[in-house]
Amino acid sequence: MASTPVGTLYRGGEGMWTWVLHRITGVSVFFFLLVHVLDTALVRVSPESYDLVIASYKTPIVNLLEVGLVGAVLYHALNGLRIILIDFWARGPRYQRQMTWAIATVWIVLMVPGTFFMLKHTFEAMFGSAA
Amino acid sequence: MSAPTQPGPMSIPAPRTPQRNSQRSNLELYSWLFMRISGIVLIFLVLGHLLIMNVLDGGVQRINFAFVAGRWSSPFWQTWDLLMLWLAMIHGTNGMRTIINDYAERDQTRFWLKMLLYVASGFTVLLGTLVIFTFDPNIG
Repeated sequence: MASTPVGTLYRGGEGMWTWVLHRITGVSVFFFLLVHVLDTALVRVSPESYDLVIASYKTPIVNLLEVGLVGAVLYHALNGLRIILIDFWARGPRYQRQMTWAIATVWIVLMVPGTFFMLKHTFEAMFGSAA
Repeated sequence: MSAPTQPGPMSIPAPRTPQRNSQRSNLELYSWLFMRISGIVLIFLVLGHLLIMNVLDGGVQRINFAFVAGRWSSPFWQTWDLLMLWLAMIHGTNGMRTIINDYAERDQTRFWLKMLLYVASGFTVLLGTLVIFTFDPNIG
């Protein structure tokens, strides 16, 4: 593997990969948002059609995708804050790498209990209640 | 000494030459600023929405038509959802516009991709707004 170029903020380092992830999560969330407004619009058709489409959100596979969605939104939000600090805080650019590890830590700390509660029902339905 | 020669057609203009095409606008500056301001507001609106809808009190399993009817009986949640819809759609559309500008190299491709984006976004914002304002809990 080629060595990381030195002296640049972005190429090959944390700055570049956070930027790549910011774009991927942003595009993914945008396409979900288009779909989500359409499915919610079914409340204007009938309660039955809305409940039918919402039932698919409760299936195990889509439930797992929701964890991915929440993870993508949470990353985009935390990295967005990091970008704002890089732009507006005088010491932001100097600490951009430390801020990357800070948002990674916050992401994991929030996603672990979040994933537990999001998948609780699915696990209980598939494997029975542990308690 | 000879007089300075006229610059040829391919030369670089001298420093501080006034811009010939002086139709500069601050649109990109406002778009950059909007992403940051709307981003901060969306952190509260969207993460709050995801926490309520997907994590707390049984998460997505408890959502159905009656749940939506209960929430949208309150102007607070109507306003929350309306603001979230508009800010998220403009924020997302502006992000997609930036990405199209970055990766679509042909002028025609860039133009038509952005037209498709604006039509899809405009339709979605109008549909969502209509649904929030005309929601009828006694439908069907």
